[in-house]
This record gives sequence, structure tokens and C-alpha cells, in this order.
Amino acid sequence: MNLLEYFLRHQREIVQATVEHIWLVGVTMLLSVAIGVPLGVLVTRRPWLSKPILGGANIAETIPSLALFGFLLPVPWLGGRADRLAIVALTLYALLPIIRNTSAGIAGVDRAVREAAKGMGMTQRQILFQVELPLSLSTVLAGVRVATVLTIGIATIAAAVGAGGLGEFIFRGLAMVNNQLILAGAIPAALLALSADFLLSMLERRLRPAR
Amino acid sequence: MSSLTNRPSGHEPVIEFRHVNYHLNGGQELLNNVSFTVEGGETLVLLGRSGAGKTTALKLINRLLEPSAGEVLVEGRSTTAWDPIALRRHIGYVIQDIGLFPHFTVERNISLVPRLEGWVEERTRARVKELLEMVGLEAGKFARRYPHELSGGQRQRVGVARALAADPPILLMDEPFGALDPLTRGEVQREFQALERRLRKTVVIVTHHVGEALALGARIGLVQAGKLAGMYSPKEFLESTEPVTAAYVEHLRMYEGIERAE
Repeated sequence: MNLLEYFLRHQREIVQATVEHIWLVGVTMLLSVAIGVPLGVLVTRRPWLSKPILGGANIAETIPSLALFGFLLPVPWLGGRADRLAIVALTLYALLPIIRNTSAGIAGVDRAVREAAKGMGMTQRQILFQVELPLSLSTVLAGVRVATVLTIGIATIAAAVGAGGLGEFIFRGLAMVNNQLILAGAIPAALLALSADFLLSMLERRLRPAR
Repeated sequence: MSSLTNRPSGHEPVIEFRHVNYHLNGGQELLNNVSFTVEGGETLVLLGRSGAGKTTALKLINRLLEPSAGEVLVEGRSTTAWDPIALRRHIGYVIQDIGLFPHFTVERNISLVPRLEGWVEERTRARVKELLEMVGLEAGKFARRYPHELSGGQRQRVGVARALAADPPILLMDEPFGALDPLTRGEVQREFQALERRLRKTVVIVTHHVGEALALGARIGLVQAGKLAGMYSPKEFLESTEPVTAAYVEHLRMYEGIERAE
């Protein structure tokens, strides 16, 4: 019960860090959807761009997160503001699943449906917005879900560059060899990830087109 | 039979193929020097084996494909001179897999082209109702359903209704009844025949089913390995002694023989 007492005593700080964490993740997800979905569409329209775009996102994914934060530190516009830097780094990580699922979702639209749409005289834009995107929505959302869970985890490392969030407790706890402090960051982060996963998978199921 | 490919007439044919070739980028030839005409209000059936080039010919009409050589004219104008979107909205299109939009209700599926064309709401709704009744589906019962809630025959009927929605003068059908069981197929075919007599559209149907070709076509174009091997009226087709037509007729008789024997 020691831990629970500890949590209650530091309730205010934990809530504040959680809100910061959610803010970091939220802005990251908005940005990465705004960038990732159009890129995913572009990949299906210009297949020769698929290698550079997906390859680039893949490379970003393989850079160890702590190192990526470090790399971005000297970048002029970013280095000055920790939250800005964190959001850019997190967005780079979140892009890959979103780009990949968007292009996979669109590629998975029934060929007959696409051909009927074209044969009926829909323009490319109409096909995209009225047929392809609505039909791949659940696949796109699955990518968003994976990216969100990933981002909630990686966002704890943002504390290393001073961007705040639940990682603060983890880093402090590590430095002070205090397990309670580490758990004060780790447990809320895990709960956040689980609930995001749950909520988004529910939404995903609702949007899945019936067969 | 040869007289049917280029008959002199006072008026313009609605669809005309002039020495059309089509080959893939890799060079594989799918159509070779195909010429024929379709008159207004006429139903032409392109009959042939799978892979003979029938579907390719159909897609050249609504410019889903463009000829590698020669010309396809629709209402006297080369398809490449048409705006592709305008051309396709002018032509109803029914494909084998129907391609109903799974996320749209029957009503929205049928009203797609009218909506794209900016019809007012009441006119669209009235049209949907009219079309559903025309293809034998009760509007009150079916308008709000989704495609996965329909049987194959019902889906096919919705596909036809959708193609007719904006009242296009031309209708293209690619194996339209191919996925149906034989009884439903016969039913839908008969309904379509009645519909066709009433609407007087210019229709091109692609099929590998000889019975269907004879039932629906005023003329039958036999497509073989990318070439138009002949043009026949149903009567000429049945009486022809050429090996290929004879083989088709033989196949048909075989079925009839079974029916009579039982």
C-alpha cells in the first residue's frame, strides 16, 4: 500500500505530468495523421515514390529514440524549445505505421469497386474521398492506433530533453534509484497506452465496412 | 455475315470501332484490327472465350482504355476527343463483380451519378424509386439496405439500376449475369430483355455464355484471340456451319438434349 499512498500524496504532480504527456501525444498524432495520410495516398498514386517515402519513414523508425532527440537538439528552430523538438521527433516515429496503413488500406479496396467508380465517371478526387478513403478508414485507423501506442511509450523519453510528461518521473527515479518514482511515471503511461488502444480499436471496429 | 460489319446507312452509328488495335505496354496484343459498328437502340453481344479480348473492347468504349492504333468513335466522336468523365457519365456500365459500393446504401449506390451531376434531392429520390421498381425491387424495402444485405440476384438488379440512373443512351455490360445461379440468371435475363425493349438503349454486352448471347443480342460478334471472327444475327449464328459457331451451337444442343431426355 506504500505505492498507493505515494501516488495519492503526489497526485497533483502525476496528473499534471499525465496531462503534459497527453498533450505531447495528441499534438504528435494530429501532425502525423495530417502528414502521414496524404503521404500514404501519394504512395498509391505515384508508385515510384513508395520506396523513398516508406524507406525514409523506415529509417526514422530505426534510429534509437534517445539518439534522435539528441540529433535534433542542435537544429535551430527546434533546439530552443523542448516540446517542439519532442513533437517533431515523435512525429517522425509515428509516421511509418500511418503511411503504411493508409497505402495498404487504399490498395486493399476491391478492384471491382474502384473500376465501377471510374467507369461511372467519378473523378480521381471523387474516387479518393467518396470511395477509397471511406473504405480504408478502419485500416488507416489501425495504423493510427499502433502509432498512438508507440508514441505514448516513446514520449516518456522526451523528458530527457526537458519536454516534460510522465518520463520526468522515470528519469528522476532512475537518477535517485527510487522505484516508486519510476512507477509513478511508468504506470500512468502504461494505462494511457492501454486505454488508447482500447478506445481506438473500438472505433476501428465500428468503422470497418460490412462485407 | 460479312455484310454486317460495315453496312451503309444514312445515320451515324452510336459506337464504331475502326481498325482498333490494343496492346499492353509489354507488347502483348489483346485486340487486332477490330472494326464494327453498333446502331442506336441496338443490342450487340460480344461472345468469346475468357481472355479473347471482349472486356478490352468494352473498356475501349468508355475510355477506361485507349486504342493503341485505330479509333473508337462514340456518337461520331473519337473517345480520345471526349472528356473521359463526360463520356463515362454518358454511358452506363455494369461489370461482372457489380462493384456496388459496400459503404453506401442501395439508394446512395443508385443515386451516385445523379448526385455527381448535381440533380436536386427530390428528383434524385424519385428516380431511385422509379429505377428500383423498374428492376423489380420494392423501393420501400430495399432503398435503405446495404449491398451485403442483398442476394446475388438483387445485387445484380441494383447494379443495372445504378447504370441506368442518369438515363444514359448507351449501356455497357461485362458478364452482367455471370455470377448468378442458372435460375436467377434466367430470371434476371428475361427482366432485362423486357427492360431493354422498353428503354431502347444502345447496349453492348460481353459474355462467354452462348445461351445468353442468343437470348439478348440482336447481333452477335464472335471474338477470338483478339480478332472479330464474325458478326451474326442469332438466326445466322445457329445456322452457321463454321467450326467455332458450330462448336458453340453443339454445346447448346447438348444441354437441350439433356433437358429433353429427362
